[in-house]
Amino acid sequence: MTTDTMVDDRVHAPDGDGVPVTLTINGERHALHLDPWVTLLDLLRERLELPGTKKGCDHGQCGACTVLIDGKRMNSCLVLAVTRDGAEVTTIEGLGTPDHLHPLQQAFIDHDAFQCGYCTPGQICSAAGLIGEGKATSREEIRELMSGNICRCGAYTNIADAIEDVMAQQGKAAHA
Amino acid sequence: MATALSSPTSRIGDPLSRVDGRLKTTGLANYAADFPVEGLTYGVVVSAAITKGRITAIDATAARAAPGVIEIVTHENRPDVVDKDKVWQDMVAPKGSPFRPLGDAEIRFAQQPVALVVADTFEAARHAATLVDIRYEAASHVTDLTEAEAGAYNPKGDGTYSPEKSRSDLANPLGNTKAHVEKVYQEAAHRVSGRYTLAPEHHNPMELFASTAIWKPDGSLFIHDKTQGAQNSATYLAGIFGLKPEQVHVVAPFMGGGFGVGLRPQYQLFLAAIAAKMIERPVKVVMTRQQMFSHQYRPNVIYDIAIAADQAGRLQAIRSDCVGATSRFETFAENIVDWCARGYRCDNIALDYRVAPVDTYTPGSMRAPGAATALNLFEIAMDELAYEVGIDPLELRLVNYTSKDEISGQPFTSKALDKAYAEGAERFGWSKRVHAPRAMTDGRELVGWGMATGVWETLFQAHAVRARLRPDGVLEVATASADIGTGTYTIMTQIASEEMGMPVDRIDAQLGDSTLPKAPVEGGSWGAASIGNALVLACTALKAKLLKAARKIDDSPLANAAIEQVEFVGGQIRVKNDPARAIDLTDLVTTEGGPIEVEETGSPKMLEAAKKARNTHQAVFVEVKVDEQLGQIRVTRVVTAVAAGRIINPKTARSQILGGVVMGIGMALHEETMMDHRLGRFMNHNLAEYHVPAHADIADIDVIFVDEPDHEVNPLGIKGLGEIGIVGTAAAVANAIFHATGVRVRDLPITSDRLL
Repeated sequence: MTTDTMVDDRVHAPDGDGVPVTLTINGERHALHLDPWVTLLDLLRERLELPGTKKGCDHGQCGACTVLIDGKRMNSCLVLAVTRDGAEVTTIEGLGTPDHLHPLQQAFIDHDAFQCGYCTPGQICSAAGLIGEGKATSREEIRELMSGNICRCGAYTNIADAIEDVMAQQGKAAHA
Repeated sequence: MATALSSPTSRIGDPLSRVDGRLKTTGLANYAADFPVEGLTYGVVVSAAITKGRITAIDATAARAAPGVIEIVTHENRPDVVDKDKVWQDMVAPKGSPFRPLGDAEIRFAQQPVALVVADTFEAARHAATLVDIRYEAASHVTDLTEAEAGAYNPKGDGTYSPEKSRSDLANPLGNTKAHVEKVYQEAAHRVSGRYTLAPEHHNPMELFASTAIWKPDGSLFIHDKTQGAQNSATYLAGIFGLKPEQVHVVAPFMGGGFGVGLRPQYQLFLAAIAAKMIERPVKVVMTRQQMFSHQYRPNVIYDIAIAADQAGRLQAIRSDCVGATSRFETFAENIVDWCARGYRCDNIALDYRVAPVDTYTPGSMRAPGAATALNLFEIAMDELAYEVGIDPLELRLVNYTSKDEISGQPFTSKALDKAYAEGAERFGWSKRVHAPRAMTDGRELVGWGMATGVWETLFQAHAVRARLRPDGVLEVATASADIGTGTYTIMTQIASEEMGMPVDRIDAQLGDSTLPKAPVEGGSWGAASIGNALVLACTALKAKLLKAARKIDDSPLANAAIEQVEFVGGQIRVKNDPARAIDLTDLVTTEGGPIEVEETGSPKMLEAAKKARNTHQAVFVEVKVDEQLGQIRVTRVVTAVAAGRIINPKTARSQILGGVVMGIGMALHEETMMDHRLGRFMNHNLAEYHVPAHADIADIDVIFVDEPDHEVNPLGIKGLGEIGIVGTAAAVANAIFHATGVRVRDLPITSDRLL
C-alpha cells in the first residue's frame, strides 16, 4: 500500500468550497474537496478515472457498482463520498490486474462466469466481500448472499462455480 | 529467425477461455460511458410527464441559472437536422415514421425525452434537470392491448395474413382456410383451445444506454455508443446531420448486454450528438434505469390457439391467431403465428397475425423475437393436449415429429431434435415421471416435471472480414459487427488460429468499430455462422497471398510450392512433405516491409445450393417445486438438450444457452412490465420491481449439445446459439407448474397471484 498524498484539482467542487475528504483508493491516498451530493460511484468513474466500477441502476438495485469499503462490500451508488472520510476503498482495478489476477478474477475466467462482462466487476468485488464475511459455506448460501448482484446474461451457475472454486482453494467451502 | 510461440494454437471445438476475459474481469474493458474524454460535459435527459398530448410551454430559466449548467436543449432551440423519414430509418427500422427526439412539441409515449440538460458535471446536470418547468396539454391515450385490439391490422397491409412461403401439397392452401380448419377441429377426437397471453418485457441489459459525441474541427463526428451495430449508428447519424458516411466514426468495442435492444439507435445517441454540436464540446448522455423503460420492449400479445388431435394424438388442426402491440408511428411485426405450424406434422392450418397500435414507444426485437413469444405459449397448449389425449407430453411431440418444415414444405439441412429429446429425457430421468398432476411431492412441496420444444432460425448475413498480417507478426481479423457477450472475439480467434496455424496470442480479433469492414447489426444468432464462414474465406485468401509473397523472396525455400503442397503450422508456411522448407510468417511480412492483408465477404449466396429449412432446436426439461401455502415456485432443475450444428467453443456456447434458459425462467415466473392504463405509464420501471432472475432464483442448469453434423447449412456447419435457449423454456416451466399443482395458467409470467 502506498501512502502518497494526491491533491487532485479536478475533483474540487466547482465553487471551490466543497467538503474536504480523504479516501484511500486501491492503496492510493486522495485528498479531495467534494460537493456533498457526489456519490462514491460517480467520484470513481467521472473524477478519478476508475470506470471499472459500473453504473447499472444508480439505486442500489443491481449491484454493478459494488466495491469494498474497509473490506466490506457496498453499493457505491448509495454512498455519498464525503460520508466516508478516512475510508479505504478497493475497486475492481485494485483487486488485480491482467498480469496479476486476483484468484476470483482467474476463477471467473476459468468458469466463464460472465458474458457481456458489465456486472462482472461488481460480482467479483461482491464475491470478495462474501468470502471475507465468512457466512456462506454452501452453494445455496452463496446464491442467497450473492443475490444483490444481478447478471442479465444469466451466468449465475458459473459465478457460483467460480466462487466455490476460490473458497475451496482457501479452505473455506463446505464442499472442499 | 523463427519466433518463439508463446501460446498454443486453438481449434474449432476447443473450450478456449474468452480472449477478452482479462479485460472484463479487471475492469479494463471500456463500455460506452467508460472512455476518458478531454473537456467532457454531461447531458441528463428530462422525460415527459404525460403519455400523450403536446408541450405548451418550456420555462428553463431556473435550470439555466443553476451552477454549472451550459445548455438546455429542447425542440424549440435545437439546430435543424434533416427531417426525412428515410434518414431516420435505421438499418432495422420497421415500416413507419421513426420517432425524432426533441423533434417537435408532440408527446407520443410516456417518458418521451423532452429536454436535455448539459452541465459541467453529472451532478449539476441531474439537479438542473429537475428545474426545467414544462407545461403540457394532455390528450387521451390507449395503452391496453385488449382495448386496442379492435383497431388491429395486418402488418403487411393487405386483408389476410399469409406466411412468406407455403408448401403446395397442403390439403387446403394456407391463408384462407379458417372455415375448413374449424370444421376439422370440431370433428376431431381431442381438442384444446384458449387465449394465451404474454406480458410486455423489457430487455434490461445491465449497461445503461450511453453515448458520447465529439465533433472534430474538420466537421466529422466521433461517437462512443452502446450498440449492436456500430455502422447502423454511424449511417443513422450521417443521414440526420447531412454528413458523408465516412465522416461519422462510431466505436463500441464492448457492450454490456443487448438482447435486441441495441439493434436500433436509442435516443441518447442523437441527443449527445445534437448537444455537442450546439455547445461545441464533447457531451456524454447516459440514460437512467427508469429511462431504460422508455423505449423498446418485447410486445405483449393476445394469442388465440386451437389444436385438435385424433385418438393417437396425431395433430388434425391448428389455429394460430395472434395480436401483438405496436406503436402508432411504426409497425413492428414479428413472425409469431407460423412457428407452431412449422415443427409438427399437420395438414390443416389456419394462421392470422395482426398488430394493434398503442401509445407507447415502438416495441422491438428481444431475444428470439416471435419464436420465444409463440412457442412459449403454444407449447403450453401442446402440454394441455397431451393431458386431453392422455399420453405423455414427450410422446405427443414424438407422435407429431416431422423432418420437414411443415409450412414451407422444405426438408431441414439437419434436425437432431429426436436425439435432443432422447438425450435430454435420459439425463433428466423423464421416464420416472408420474403422469398425473399433483402426484409427486418432496416434503411439503409439490414437485412438477414439464418439458417443451424450442425452435429458432439459422440465419446468415453478408459480412466482410479483413485478415491482416502485421509486421509485428500479429494477425488482425476484423469486421464491424459486435461481441455483445456471446463470445465473438473468442471464436474469431479460434477459427483464425486453426486456419492460419497461429498461436492464440498472436491473433487480434477486432469488432465494434464503424470503420471496420462492412457488417450488419449483431443479432438473430447469425454472428457465428456468418462471421465464421467469412473469416475462413479471408484466411484462405490471405494464405494464397502470403504464399505468393513467400515464393518471390530470393532463394525462397517455397519457390515452386503450390498452395496444395504447403501447410500453415506454428506460425510458418512449410512444405507438407518437407517441413524443413519453411518460411516464418513474421519474417515474411517484415521482408515485405508492410502488412499483407485481404478482405473477403461471406454472403448468403454461398448457401444457395441447398433450398432447405435451417433451424436450431432444443428439448428442455424442467423440475419445479411449489409451496402451495406460500404460493412460492422454485425451478430446482433444468436439463436442456440443444441441436445446433457444430459447436465452435463448448465453454462460451454453454454460457449462451445458460443465458437463454435463465431469461426463459424470467419469462415464466418474473418478468412483466406492468402498465397503469389510467396513466399510460409502466409502473415498475426499475430493477427492484421489474424482477429479472437473481442468483437465488437459479439452480443448476445442465446443457447438452447433441451431435448434429450439418454439411449443408453453411460450409462450417455452424447454426448459432444466442436465441435458442429461451425458446420453449418458459413453457417447460409452466408445464411443470401444471404437473405439480394441477393448475393451468395460460398467462406469462406465472406469478404467485395467478397460481393461488
